[in-house]
Amino acid sequence: MLGALLVMAAIAIVLGAVLGFAAIKFRVEGNPLVDKIDAVLPQTQCGQCGYPGCKPYATAIAEGAADINKCPPGGEEGIHKLADLLGMEFKPFGGETVPKPKAVAIIDETTCIGCTLCIQACPVDAIVGAAKQMHTIIAAECTGCELCLAPCPVDCISMAPIAESVTNWKWKYPVYALTASK
Amino acid sequence: MRTLYQFHGGIHPPTNKTQSNATPIAGAALPSRLVIPLHQHVGNSARPVVEAGQHVLKGQVIGMAEGHLSSAVHASTSGTIAAIDEQLVAHPSGIPDLCITLIPDGQDEWIARESCEDWTTLSHSELRHKLRAAGVVGLGGAVFPSDMKLYSHKQKIKTLVLNGAECEPYITCDDLLMRERAADILQGAEMMRALLYAEEVLIGIEDNKPEAIAAMRAAVAAGGHQKMDVIAVPTIYPGGGAKQLIRVLTGIEVAAGVRSTNMGVQCFNVGTAYSAWRAIRFGEPLISRIVTITGNVAHPQNFEALIGTPMNELVAQSEQLAGTTNYIMGGPMMGVPMPSKEVGVIKATNCIIASSDAIFPKALTALPCIRCTRCADVCPSELQPQELYWFSKAKNLDKAEDYHLFDCIECGACSYVCPSNIPLVQYYRFAKSEIWARDAGKKAADAARERHEFRESRIEREKREKAEKLAAKEKAAQEAKAVQPAIAPVKPDADPENTLQLKIQTAIDHAKEQAAAIKPKNTEQLTPEQQAQIDDIEARRARIRELAKDATPT
Amino acid sequence: MSGFFSPFITKPVSVSRIMLNVLLALVPGIALYVWFYGPAILISLTLASITALGVEALMLKIQNKPVAFFLKDNTALLTAWLLALSIPPLAPWWLVVVGTAFAISISKHLYGGLGNNPFNPAMIGYAVLIISFPVHMTHWLTPNGLGEIAFSFTDQLNYIFREVLPGDVKLDAVTMATPLDTLKTQLHLNGSISDILDMPIYGHLAGIGSEWVAAGFLLGGLYLLAQRIISWHLPVAYLGTLFFIAALFHLVDPTHYVQPGFHLFSGAAMLGAFFILTDPVTSPTTPRGKIFFAMGAALLTYLIRTFGGFPDGMAFATLLMNICVPLIDAWTQPKVFGKKEKQS
Ligand code: SF4
Ligand code: SF4
Repeated sequence: MLGALLVMAAIAIVLGAVLGFAAIKFRVEGNPLVDKIDAVLPQTQCGQCGYPGCKPYATAIAEGAADINKCPPGGEEGIHKLADLLGMEFKPFGGETVPKPKAVAIIDETTCIGCTLCIQACPVDAIVGAAKQMHTIIAAECTGCELCLAPCPVDCISMAPIAESVTNWKWKYPVYALTASK
Repeated sequence: MRTLYQFHGGIHPPTNKTQSNATPIAGAALPSRLVIPLHQHVGNSARPVVEAGQHVLKGQVIGMAEGHLSSAVHASTSGTIAAIDEQLVAHPSGIPDLCITLIPDGQDEWIARESCEDWTTLSHSELRHKLRAAGVVGLGGAVFPSDMKLYSHKQKIKTLVLNGAECEPYITCDDLLMRERAADILQGAEMMRALLYAEEVLIGIEDNKPEAIAAMRAAVAAGGHQKMDVIAVPTIYPGGGAKQLIRVLTGIEVAAGVRSTNMGVQCFNVGTAYSAWRAIRFGEPLISRIVTITGNVAHPQNFEALIGTPMNELVAQSEQLAGTTNYIMGGPMMGVPMPSKEVGVIKATNCIIASSDAIFPKALTALPCIRCTRCADVCPSELQPQELYWFSKAKNLDKAEDYHLFDCIECGACSYVCPSNIPLVQYYRFAKSEIWARDAGKKAADAARERHEFRESRIEREKREKAEKLAAKEKAAQEAKAVQPAIAPVKPDADPENTLQLKIQTAIDHAKEQAAAIKPKNTEQLTPEQQAQIDDIEARRARIRELAKDATPT
Repeated sequence: MSGFFSPFITKPVSVSRIMLNVLLALVPGIALYVWFYGPAILISLTLASITALGVEALMLKIQNKPVAFFLKDNTALLTAWLLALSIPPLAPWWLVVVGTAFAISISKHLYGGLGNNPFNPAMIGYAVLIISFPVHMTHWLTPNGLGEIAFSFTDQLNYIFREVLPGDVKLDAVTMATPLDTLKTQLHLNGSISDILDMPIYGHLAGIGSEWVAAGFLLGGLYLLAQRIISWHLPVAYLGTLFFIAALFHLVDPTHYVQPGFHLFSGAAMLGAFFILTDPVTSPTTPRGKIFFAMGAALLTYLIRTFGGFPDGMAFATLLMNICVPLIDAWTQPKVFGKKEKQS
């Protein structure tokens, strides 16, 4: 009886030591948490989270100052990823924050008066134009953050959802019934 | 006798080729209309260069190759352009794509063609250019622009493999092409060999096509082709996959994501060689191809069909039978179901199977995977399909990638043998397109982050520079002030504040003066029209300003 | 439904056909069993089958899965047969019923049903029985001609269902320990191998009768190999390793370690090599993995048989190796097309 107990204790000590050693030896000197969180965020830079961009939001999350369900462009999938990364529970979007389908901004070029206000608002320099010249949006660079909509004095910017086309079409998840009533 | 190699796995589905390979290739009747998609190839869509209502001649370019990787599209017959709009195309998504609709005028009148008696007089870049202009793409199904595959640095490519294996059940278009037009195929092969500086040409044909093998061998002998071998390869699916055929003929394994040219081999379908030859020798662009019509029809047969022919009009010529549910483009292993029976034949259409419940019964309900590894036993890519299935099903995309999802050629052998009837390939297609979308999203996010950070740093820099300039100016002013007293005594009323005010005022005056001085330079000699235009614009601007004012929330 | 996508054709194989073939392959072994031990085994097979189907149906119903669809796959039947063949046929009826019910309900359905169970259900059932009812699990029938008393089919029925024996017959008179068990006990009593094997219960290679039953299973296994229902890796690696280890010990000390042939034809070795280890759900999927798995199982079988507390080690060896399957699979992933270091 005593012998068995001793053996158990010895095994526990040895295993504990091994685990402890491994933890020290193989510790990952990963990149700081903020960068990891930032890598998960969609980089829309829209500020819908209440922070002036994705990085500030990432910093806030890392400091524990912000919830993980504040980023509509990232969608539920984004929350799942954040939850996984931080070892937290998934949290659904609360209240009005709802993800919208991805869209790009389009300037009605006949209406644009060339005020450059939208250029100043665009977080990713996706608008080209100059004072008193017609402006246009580089669709490929637009993140769909909608920040340019409000400043436009003539309301000539609108959001166009990205339609499914032959090139961006995706195969669907195969579904087949596996419950009763074959 | 050449030693042949083997690849792992493979299956022996019923070939079902005899139905359609007994009759010679028939010319298809001129259809009532042609729906020609502008995106029939790998790469960018062609750009339409005709207008609705315009009359075009057979072989006239209607879509121009756009960008590096693209291919031209031509009018398959003479007639009138009825529309340039989005139509259903031969794509499993069922999403419409830009097409040109052509109503034939029945004349079938060719545009002036530039034939060439001796292609050796042309430079290689001229040849490639002609192929691109003729819209020649791979006809084996990949529809990759052929000109892009015909680059070579001298001596790097040893072997040109010509793929006449045609391993998919039901399809016989290459079989018939080789039987009937062997000499032209070989001419095309010679040209390709020259472009690639390849030493030998190996033509692989599955041994269930003895007539084609004989015809090709006879043509090699008759044409006096050197270092060109027609090789009978064992009939096994997917022995006609480019990677598999290269392996069987040369022993070389081309991994996923590796170009075969880097390993000294290039592979073309026999049909592509034929079309390339027609394009150079006779100046005929790729406006028709051989299509096998089979399945639920009375007379399965091969047709030479114009690109754009509505599939149902083509199938009607083989007499479609009752009970046809829909059409499958390609074979039963890798074919795609068509979103409608009216979609046009495209360059990739090697076969149309009229499907019925009798020919392709509805898939049985799947059982869970029992890990029997029958799928792994037949996978030509030596994957573990059951693991890929497991991960794809769980949407564990990273793991699926780790287990080499992208080495899967979607041959369907695994689904074919699965005793649990799991639609394995469907899961792989799903996982692949999810991963593509995810990677594209990731790339976009990275680009956005970079642009955002660049913008931040630029704004930062501009601020700093401004501040520095200001500081420098101030410093200079102060120094000037410090020096001034030595030269002239300070005026009693010139306290610093006044000076500053004065300065600003003068600046404003100056600006005003300048503004007044600047006059529009090119407005002196305006024609009345120009003046009218300007007035128009001004009026519109005024209107907009008005609107804007109204719109501003009060 | 899975939609209408390629491939549009499938090979006419099904899980149900495969399992049916495996059941068929068990028939020669069962026939020899009946020949040597009388028809008692048929009763336990029937009992096990009925229990398995009933419990399977019940479990499916509870989980709201299609009952008829899954019952047709024959996997429950196979589990039942393998369990029935692993336990003594002359046992009270509830023994086999309890074992089968446990195997199907707990070790198969609680783990997610077909395809998801990490442990071989039949072997779990066996393990539960041998731990819970060790005495009942040692009453093996004496082969015909060895027992002093003729034990008729009616007598067997009477015992199985009512636990009564004819007249003054003692249970010990009609049952015996297995050849493996006897060997172990005798070795403990300091017998030497050659003396022990001279006992009347031993035949050419191993126990009289049981060696023939094992041969029957071997025959069935060869049929499965020929039908390509199982791959050679598992049985060959298992039997090969068992033979090798046994031969090694036997060469070193022939008086205490029995000949390798004895091991192959005793206990559940043959049944295990062809029918138990080869359960696809609970064995590795890669060829190399299968070999490691079988070698491990053979080693454990030998160690348990020779040094452990149980007469046969097949069941525990299988279960222990089942634990390792995910690891073995992960470590033995084969190189894929075009990505091997060396091209042949
Ligand atoms: S479809 Fe992919 S996984 Fe399946 S057999 Fe073909 S290559 Fe292998
Ligand atoms: S063939 Fe089907 S059941 Fe067998 S391992 Fe592959 S996916 Fe699983």
